[in-house]
Amino acid sequence: MPDASPLTLDSVSVLLVWTAIAIYALAFIAYAVDLARRGAVAVEAKDAAAQTARERELVAAGGGRGSAGSGIVDQLRAQETASEEALNAPVGRRARLVWARIGTSLTVLGFLFHLGGDVTRGIAAGRVPWSNMYEFALTGTLLIVAVYLGVLLRYDLRFLGTFITGLVVVLLGGTAIWFYTDIVPLMDPLKSVWLVIHVFVASLATALFSLAFGLSVLQLMQARREARIAAVASAQDAVGTSAASPAKTGPGFLRTLPSAEALESLAYRFAILGFIFWTFTLIAGSIWANDAWGRYWGFDTKEVWTFVIWVLYAGYIHARATRGWRGSRSAWLSIIGFTAVIFNFTIVNMFFKGLHAYSGLS
Amino acid sequence: MSRPRSDAPQGSAPEGADVSDPVEGMLRPADHADSAAPAATDEAITQPALGVVGWLRWGWRQLTSMRTALVLLLLLAIAAVPGSLVPQRSADPNGVRQYFVDNADLAPVLDKLSLFDVYTSPWFSAIYILLFISLVGCVIPRTRHHYKAMRAQPPRTPARLSRLDVHRTEILECRDDADAAAAAATAIEAAQHQLRKAGYRVARYDGARSFSVSAERGYLRETGNLVFHASLVGVLLAVGIGGGFTYTGQTVIIEGRTWVNTMLDYTSFNPGRFVDEDALTPYALTLDDFSLSYVTPGQQGAGQAGDFVAHLTTQFPDAAAQSGEVRVNHPLQIAGDKVYLMGNGYAPTITVRNSDGDVVFSEPVPFLPQDNHMTSQGVVKVPDGLREQVGMVGFFYPTAQELGSGALTSVYGDLEYPMLTFWVYAGDLGIDGGVPKSVYTLDPAEMTQLAGGDSGAASLELKPGETVDLPDGLGSVTFENEAPEGANGFQDSVKRYVSLSVHRDAAATWVLLFAVLATAGLLAALFIPRRRMWVRATPQGHTVQLEYAGLARGEDPALDGAVAQFAQRHLVSLADREPAGDRPARPESTPDVD
Ligand code: HEM
Repeated sequence: MPDASPLTLDSVSVLLVWTAIAIYALAFIAYAVDLARRGAVAVEAKDAAAQTARERELVAAGGGRGSAGSGIVDQLRAQETASEEALNAPVGRRARLVWARIGTSLTVLGFLFHLGGDVTRGIAAGRVPWSNMYEFALTGTLLIVAVYLGVLLRYDLRFLGTFITGLVVVLLGGTAIWFYTDIVPLMDPLKSVWLVIHVFVASLATALFSLAFGLSVLQLMQARREARIAAVASAQDAVGTSAASPAKTGPGFLRTLPSAEALESLAYRFAILGFIFWTFTLIAGSIWANDAWGRYWGFDTKEVWTFVIWVLYAGYIHARATRGWRGSRSAWLSIIGFTAVIFNFTIVNMFFKGLHAYSGLS
Repeated sequence: MSRPRSDAPQGSAPEGADVSDPVEGMLRPADHADSAAPAATDEAITQPALGVVGWLRWGWRQLTSMRTALVLLLLLAIAAVPGSLVPQRSADPNGVRQYFVDNADLAPVLDKLSLFDVYTSPWFSAIYILLFISLVGCVIPRTRHHYKAMRAQPPRTPARLSRLDVHRTEILECRDDADAAAAAATAIEAAQHQLRKAGYRVARYDGARSFSVSAERGYLRETGNLVFHASLVGVLLAVGIGGGFTYTGQTVIIEGRTWVNTMLDYTSFNPGRFVDEDALTPYALTLDDFSLSYVTPGQQGAGQAGDFVAHLTTQFPDAAAQSGEVRVNHPLQIAGDKVYLMGNGYAPTITVRNSDGDVVFSEPVPFLPQDNHMTSQGVVKVPDGLREQVGMVGFFYPTAQELGSGALTSVYGDLEYPMLTFWVYAGDLGIDGGVPKSVYTLDPAEMTQLAGGDSGAASLELKPGETVDLPDGLGSVTFENEAPEGANGFQDSVKRYVSLSVHRDAAATWVLLFAVLATAGLLAALFIPRRRMWVRATPQGHTVQLEYAGLARGEDPALDGAVAQFAQRHLVSLADREPAGDRPARPESTPDVD
């Protein structure tokens, strides 16, 4: 906490940031309610569908329907088609999910406060607001929300809202509590245009990776659900009855989400964008290191981790193109990659010794 | 959204769609997700019969497979991690030394495993060398193949376009049968023209009963992929070969002194294998002044130093002197070298006289900074001229303040209240044996401590300009005041020095070039869609059936939209073309995307 009088621009910034955190927390709650209600809505829809299916079956009785288990698989396919359409629906024609709308509105509001906090911090410091750990956490989380909101214009990704707002509340809250640092003049090595480019691009890449991560997690959950449904279907086929409805197949909201395959292809798109920016980060960092430290690469701890992350995501992209790895296995690589990103930002910054001693923490 | 092709491509491969034409668009490793899976029995049958050549071929195929590349990539990521956990000789030699002190038992074991030199270790090298062999083995055949594909025609139009993932059908009404055939031909003509304009390579495949055009675009995607992978090899070669012509050397220059670019003047020098140490350009650098600024007390970050500038005079033999400067982030470029500012400190000028008053030592001695406020430590060795050899360990405080314990510390980096103290040792300096000794350390093993520390006598304390006697009547020490005549306070009373690093990097430009190429390739490989499109027109009575189909080759989320958009534009262009009155009825649209 800044101990100066409450009138300094920096304390205004801190106040705005805390307000943003509170609003994001509310958005998180709204989005969570949305997911819970989606589960319920999906159950109703499913009951209705089951009803028609049963009627159809009665009609077809004696007609020798192909297989008993295919009923739930058909249901699954129908859900998938519907949810993929929903995913791509333009803004005006999206499902009227009241709680999701509240969540998104709150997220936009939180974003405005967050932006205000970030900008005032930058003005107070008289430079770009990503020059120490507190500031790049501030800007990095801002970019996560910005990218999420931007993507919402194209895809209805509101089912990721809980994840995004939850992540941002945790990261931004942790930042405000543990990473706050007073404004001090820049150290000489940081006085460079590369600070503006390198760190900003890295934050942007992180934001994209975080979306990919969220989608990959959902993909894994969805894949597990699909596998269970398939198992139930084949069991029903074996018994020759569709009486047993599938046991628990995972959280209810999954029924309203796109198929694992669709989630994967979306995750992949964010991951490759992130990968491009990460590649820029790597190159810009090397150019800067060549100016500041007299060599473009020296396996400094931070350089090592940037490299590891780059290789992990290259691995992810490869895995998607390797038979036997596409699908859940490659999703794990996206998850491991993002874990490494977060590790690089927190643990490596705070505890690893190296030349990148600019966290501003003591 | 078009579905990405799943793990079982042959299941969804359009039957009759001749997508596996003789010249496949790209040759990929056999286990690429988009290539057909081998029949499970194949290997079981062929394996036992392998001869030596067979085994070699099999091994090569394994090495250049996608799975091997993937595993090696993941291994590379894992293998790089230990280098961030354990200090590395290349990046942090002092850290390694300290590690050996702190973990006397563990360190030798880790050293045996090359854990202090991870990135040059045999195991790390093995991984990336294998990876790059695999890479080359993968890229060369694909390049050959891609070259052929680029000159080949787009493949024959599949018999049943409706089997493709993205497909739509439109019906055009015409007045009579003869008209329909003509309209079909015109429609394909128009489609061909339009596809070509959209950057597709096109080929006509007209049959007995229908007209069709086959089109393909996005060859640059594969080109980008190949450029990307080849550029990675370029980066590695540039680093490897360029490293041989690269050198780095370190030196220290005290204000007012001159340094010459010859081996003699370097304090350390690390040449690459092919560097000729006698061929350095003998330019000279004189440090005229080292300037910096401090955040003044009372402000946030008080005492922080910055804006470091080494003002130099540069001089080539037989040329006029020029001025230059070195700042952080702004190295000085000279004779193909870059000169970097790596550090700075104080170099108090110390004069030692013997008991007769004769000067036996007089020069500025660089002291190494120990903390943020420039508390610095240095060593003065006087081997000759005194009754005994004398060594002194000095502590310098630019702004000295006494701690509660009576010890001194520095509270500010600038020269506000400078103080120099000495511990004095007499005896054998240990420098006669010819073993080189660092100028920054003193080995007191063969010496007796006369002042400071546990000696019982207080350490010597001097302000600039002061002189004190050495213990035991050995002589005296003076801390010279270097400030110009009539100066106020202590500003400029002590000289500063800079440590500079001189680099010749033959690789950097090449590495950058290949990195930029790689990025360009990557952009093309990831974002240029590679797709095939077909349009077929079949006259049916007095209607024409128009079929549009698209096939993604690799990731292509926009395929659906692209086909729809093309179909729409095509229909509009047909409508515009029809003479008035002859206008076909509104086409019935039956998009069927399965
Ligand atoms: C230094 C090691 C490597 C790195 C960092 C790397 C990285 C990448 C990246 C980032 C991509 C995605 C961009 C693109 O499609 O061009 C890619 C794709 C690809 N790589 Fe590599 N690669 C490496 C080695 C290899 C090797 C050894 C092979 C051969 C087995 C290989 C085969 C491929 C193929 C076939 C693709 C296209 C994948 C697709 O169809 O989407 N790569 N690689």
